[in-house]
Amino acid sequence: MTQATAVSAIDAAFRSEWSRLLATLVRELRDLELAEDVAQEAFVEASTRWRKDGVPDSPGAWLLTTARRKAIDRIRRAKRFDDRLPILAEAAGRQPAPQVLVDDQLALLFGCCHPALAVEAQVALTLRSVGGLSTAQIANAFLVPEATMAKRLVRAKRKIKAAAIPFALPDKANLNERLDAVCGVVYAIFTEGHTSTKGASLLRGSLCDEAIWLAETLARLAPGEAEVRGLAALCLLSDARRAARTTPDGTPVLLADQNRGLWNQDKIRRGLAHLVAAGTQHRAGPYRLQATVAAIHATAEGFGQTDWAAIVAVYDRMLAAGGGPVVQLNRAAAVAERDGAADGLSLLDEMATEGHLDHYHYFHSARAELLRRLGRIEEAKVAYRQALEVCNNDTELAWLTARLNQAGQTSAR
Amino acid sequence: MKYLLLLYSDPAVEAGVVSADPQAEMSKWFAYSEELGASGCMLGGEGLQPTDTATTVRLREGKTITADGPFAETKEALGGFYFIDVEDLDQAIKWAEKIPNVSRGSVEIRPIMDYSGA
Repeated sequence: MTQATAVSAIDAAFRSEWSRLLATLVRELRDLELAEDVAQEAFVEASTRWRKDGVPDSPGAWLLTTARRKAIDRIRRAKRFDDRLPILAEAAGRQPAPQVLVDDQLALLFGCCHPALAVEAQVALTLRSVGGLSTAQIANAFLVPEATMAKRLVRAKRKIKAAAIPFALPDKANLNERLDAVCGVVYAIFTEGHTSTKGASLLRGSLCDEAIWLAETLARLAPGEAEVRGLAALCLLSDARRAARTTPDGTPVLLADQNRGLWNQDKIRRGLAHLVAAGTQHRAGPYRLQATVAAIHATAEGFGQTDWAAIVAVYDRMLAAGGGPVVQLNRAAAVAERDGAADGLSLLDEMATEGHLDHYHYFHSARAELLRRLGRIEEAKVAYRQALEVCNNDTELAWLTARLNQAGQTSAR
Repeated sequence: MKYLLLLYSDPAVEAGVVSADPQAEMSKWFAYSEELGASGCMLGGEGLQPTDTATTVRLREGKTITADGPFAETKEALGGFYFIDVEDLDQAIKWAEKIPNVSRGSVEIRPIMDYSGA
C-alpha cells in the first residue's frame, strides 16, 4: 500500500465514520468531551498504523475498538469506581446494530441542537461533533477568531455536562419541536454559507456542503419526516445554482441573468427527489414551501419561461401560514414578473409604509430594480443609495455601487 | 442529577390570580406538589414570603451590612422553589413546564454543584 492510499483512506474514513463513531461513544461513555477525545486519538492512531499495516477491512470497527480501549485506559487511570467500565467490557468487540447506530446519530444531533444551548453554540457543536470540522475551520467559516470559537465550544460542553443535557431521542410529545430546532441549525449553517451577512466572501461553499451533508444525513436517519426532506431539497436546489450565482471575481449575478448551463444538475435531481419523497400527505411547512419555489426555478427552461403564477401561489401559501415581510417582498418580486414591474412596485410601496424592511438591503435594491425598469431613474438611484446604506456585505456593496452607476448612464432594461 | 427549580413571577400578577379564585389556584399547587412527591423525585419545595419581607446581608471589610429588601429590585421576583432529583435536563424541563404559574412567570433550572469530583 502506498502512503497516498493510506492518507486518502484515512480522510475517507474520517468523513464517513466520525459522526457514527462519536455517536456510539457518546452513548456508551455518556460524556461528549471524553468521547471526542478518544475518537480523535483513534484517528491519530489510525493515521500511523494504517500507513504501516494497511487499511483494515472494516475501518469503522477498527476505530470503535481502538477508541473504546483508549476510553477504558483513561477511566482506569482515574482510579475511581465507574459503572461505565462494565458497559465497555460488555460492548468490547461488538458493533452496534444498524438501528442503534441510526438512533445514536440522531441522539447526537438532538443533543447538539438542544434548545437549552444558545443557537450559535448549537451551530458550532453540530459542525464540530456531527460534521467533524476542527475548531479552526468553524472559526474561519464564521469569521470569528479561533479563540472565540474555542471558548464557545468549551462553554457549551461545560453546560452539557453540568446541566446533564441528554443525548437521547426526544419523546413523541417534543419530537416535532426538537426536529424543528435541528432543521433550524442545519439551515442556519446553510444560509451562513449561501449568503454571508458580512465579510468579503459571498459564497462560503464548504458550509453549504456541510449543511447539505447534514440535511441528507438527517433525511436518511428520519426518512419519514416531510419537513426534513423539504430542508434537504431546499439546500440542494438553492446550492445547485452556486456556480452561476457569481462571476469569477465574486460579483453577484441576478437569477434573470444566470447561465443556467452552470446549474448543477446532480444537485437538482437529488433536490427534486427529496421533494417527491416528502409527498403531499402532510401540510407543507416552511422548508418544503421554499424548496417548491426553488424547484420551479430549477425546472424552468429560462427566466422568461418561469411559472411565476405558481411561484406567487406558493408565496400566498407561505403568507397564509404566517409568513413575514421577507415573504411579502419575494411575492412582490414574483408579481412583478407575472403582471409587470408597476404591479410589483405598488406592492413594495405599500410595504414601505409599514417600515419593517427599512434595514433590509434587498428591499431597497428590489425597489430600485423595478424603478429602473419603469424608467424612473432618479428614484431608482435614491433606492440604490438606501440599499447601500444598510448593506454590510462587501461583494453586494460593490454590486450595488455598480448598479447605481449604471442607472445613471442607461435607461430601463 | 439534582436541580433547583427557581420560580420567578410578578408578585402583583400572582396576587391578582390568587384573589380572583383562591380555591382554584391553591388546588393547582397542591395537585402539582402531590404529583411531584408521588413521582419520588421531589427533595423539597417551598413558597417564599413577598420580597418586602426580604433582608440582604453583606460582609464588607469585616463589617456586616444589613439592608432591607431583596438583592435586586426587579418586576419578576423569586417566589418559591422546588428541589428535585431526576435523570437529566429534559426531565427537569418536563417538571418545570407543569408548574402552575409558569404560564405567567418563568422557571430557572439550576443544576446543583457536584463536589464528588466526577
